[in-house]
Amino acid sequence: MIKSMLKSSLFWPIIVLLLILMINLFFDSSFFSIEVRNGHLTGSLIDILNRGAPLMLISIGMTLVIATKGIDLSVGTVIAMSGAIGAMTIASTDGTGLGPLFMAIGLSLLICTLVGCWNGLLVSRLGVQPIVATLILMVAGRGVAQLITGGQITTVYYDPYSYIGGGYLLALPFSIFIVAFVFFVAVLLTRKTALGLFIEAVGSNPDASRLAGINSKNIMLMVYMFSGFCAGVGGLILSSNVMSADGNNAGLWFELDAILAVVIGGTSLMGGRFYLMGTVMGALIIQSLTTTIYSIGVPAEINLVVKAIVVLIVCLLQSPEFRRKVFGFGKVKRSGEQKEREGVTLS
Amino acid sequence: MPEQQPKLVMENIVKEFPGVKALSNVQLSLYPGEVHALMGENGAGKSTLIKVLTGVYSIDQGSVTLEGKPVHINSPLEAQENGISTVYQEVNLCSNLSVTENIFIGREIKKYGRLAWKEMHQHAEKLLEKLQLKIDVTKLLSSYSVAIQQMVAIARTLNVSAKILILDEPTSSLDRDEVHHLFAVIRQLKKEGLAIVFVSHFLDQIYEITDRLTVLRNGEWIGEYKTKEIDRMELVSKMIGKELQQMDDISSKSTVNQEKIPASFLKADEVGVKGKIDPFDLEMRKGEIVGIAGLLGSGRTEMARVLFGADRADKGKMKVDGKEVNFSSPRNAILKNIGFCSENRKSEGIIPELTVRENMILAIQSIYGWFNYLSKLKQIKIAEEYIELLNINPANPEHLIKNLSGGNQQKVMLARWLITNPTLLILDEPTRGIDIGAKTEIMKLMTRLSKDNKSILFISSEIEEILRTCNRIAVLRNRKKVKEFYNDKELTQQDLMKEMAGGM
Repeated sequence: MIKSMLKSSLFWPIIVLLLILMINLFFDSSFFSIEVRNGHLTGSLIDILNRGAPLMLISIGMTLVIATKGIDLSVGTVIAMSGAIGAMTIASTDGTGLGPLFMAIGLSLLICTLVGCWNGLLVSRLGVQPIVATLILMVAGRGVAQLITGGQITTVYYDPYSYIGGGYLLALPFSIFIVAFVFFVAVLLTRKTALGLFIEAVGSNPDASRLAGINSKNIMLMVYMFSGFCAGVGGLILSSNVMSADGNNAGLWFELDAILAVVIGGTSLMGGRFYLMGTVMGALIIQSLTTTIYSIGVPAEINLVVKAIVVLIVCLLQSPEFRRKVFGFGKVKRSGEQKEREGVTLS
Repeated sequence: MPEQQPKLVMENIVKEFPGVKALSNVQLSLYPGEVHALMGENGAGKSTLIKVLTGVYSIDQGSVTLEGKPVHINSPLEAQENGISTVYQEVNLCSNLSVTENIFIGREIKKYGRLAWKEMHQHAEKLLEKLQLKIDVTKLLSSYSVAIQQMVAIARTLNVSAKILILDEPTSSLDRDEVHHLFAVIRQLKKEGLAIVFVSHFLDQIYEITDRLTVLRNGEWIGEYKTKEIDRMELVSKMIGKELQQMDDISSKSTVNQEKIPASFLKADEVGVKGKIDPFDLEMRKGEIVGIAGLLGSGRTEMARVLFGADRADKGKMKVDGKEVNFSSPRNAILKNIGFCSENRKSEGIIPELTVRENMILAIQSIYGWFNYLSKLKQIKIAEEYIELLNINPANPEHLIKNLSGGNQQKVMLARWLITNPTLLILDEPTRGIDIGAKTEIMKLMTRLSKDNKSILFISSEIEEILRTCNRIAVLRNRKKVKEFYNDKELTQQDLMKEMAGGM
């Protein structure tokens, strides 16, 4: 029982998450309390979920990309584009009824998915390295976002727009439902169909996958499109939160947080196995860390340092080598590698 | 020679890997000025012995004496310092550096703290001249043929004043003239007192160039002989040992029925890929095993890849079941009931991070498409069935495939294709690097499949295996199909070898 728990990729992220929450409890005894205010559940835990929603979404998309041995550096700028498109769409309408809301959502998600498709085409059809292909958009996208907003922070004067990031459903923030929905769809698609197997196969050995009949190009295209879509949703939430679009700063450095969340969750940057639940935990760790740092009043200057240290700890804990060296357990199975070499020798 | 002091003596060498005794009580002695062949089938322990000698592996037991002094070689660097150099089958130089850079890398000549290019170029030219080679040393290594690259590799070892030179399958990708050139160089180096270890599968070459030979089998030392005093049949039987008897029951020669020509499945008409394989004709009939014999680099794999759509044919027509097809990817071929087990198990076969079960069902799942996912229960059932059928060890479908031994990985690859129930199964070196037991099983399986009216294309470097299992044999040489034989009682290894080597 304990052994299988230790083996689970979720074990260490959950421990760290609990630890961070406990530290909060130590500084603020009301940290775990959740109260009903105006018919809404409020409290620090709810807050973390709510604020972490965009990161969770983007990390879910990033997980699948990383599973194919790729990376998507453009998510941060796609966030900015998504918000800009949403805000400008609404600005161009008369602002009555729900029409503009659906138009804004539809248009920005469509364009973000197309943008992901562009990344996917560069990577899968032209063979551009993922880091380079998505870097192009990372740089260009922000420019596009600024062009859309005219280089200014565009404010949205349209109340229904605030519902995406700030609304409540069944007493819970609506953004939590969005995350749950996207997560559910991602799990369903990857674990109840063969898509997950194909993604892992392509990430682990693309040549062998092709020879086994997998259409690896389409798989790659799909994950980049999904990543673009997720970033689009995240961008709408973020822009809805502040009721404005900022082409300059929206989603800045989100790609790095997302990559971190994926790695903390146990998915290797070398591709192959991926863990969506782990990613969600990773995103929550990063978010609760941010919340903690603010709530216990750590000076903003050392905020990033603390964050880096915690991330380092999680990554070390995730490494079987490290655990074996430090704690003397969590035996590392290297026989595989050795046998591999043997195979070569004996031939 | 024997009165001379040996350059190197290895005695009672034992090397164990978890679960396998790769070398047990192996000995080897080398005298200056001799060419010594290391003989043995795949898995005999030749490579392990070489790796022990060059410090890649440390020995578990035994002693190594170099020029009368006991030595412990713990790393390739120490081996080099002791004058032991290796030229591998696949040239392990940097193809994107110049010839000079390759020869001097790690020991550059410096003048006033700066690289003395002029001296290095001159020196490199002199070294290569010794090998009867005149080339522009400032050009990139990749602009030269494999044969020349090999010469550069040898020149590099000469530069470190080698005492022992190990040539591991140096001729496998050389043409005849290049082999002659290499042999001329070997003879010259021999005169200079070097001890040369020569590993090759080609018996003709062994008899042409070597003075003595050591035979290994299954990690055991079989004997040391003077090349002149042992005849071919004796040598082969020493190398193969009991294997001949073990494989006796897999002869399909008797099943050849030439009166009734079976139904054709795939027909290739002048199919070729520029620069890879010259246009060839090939017909695959149901219930037949067709062997492809040829030396390394003769276009065997290229032929298989074009039939499977892994490389796109730029010439010719291909028909499957009478209908014309144009495979642009392996997927097209798979959907036409063709399977292909690649020779590069590691890079083109296994998906290392996935389990045995997942590796097995990958091809059938890709046929079904991603939406039509086999339930996990079904997957486990299929995996367990094939684990039992192929005797895969460990018998756990949830084991990661990278933790399995080479032979068992190979069986999982076979299972992947057997599950798809292909009408044509292309097996590229399915028996390479696996033990004799697994080899026999795989060959038995092939015979069974052919009785099941499947068509099999069998590529192997072991002529013996091809002769034993195949109904027809196509011989390739220099990326060209040169001959096709019916495997009747008169066909011998010599006939095939003659065609493979060409004009001998």
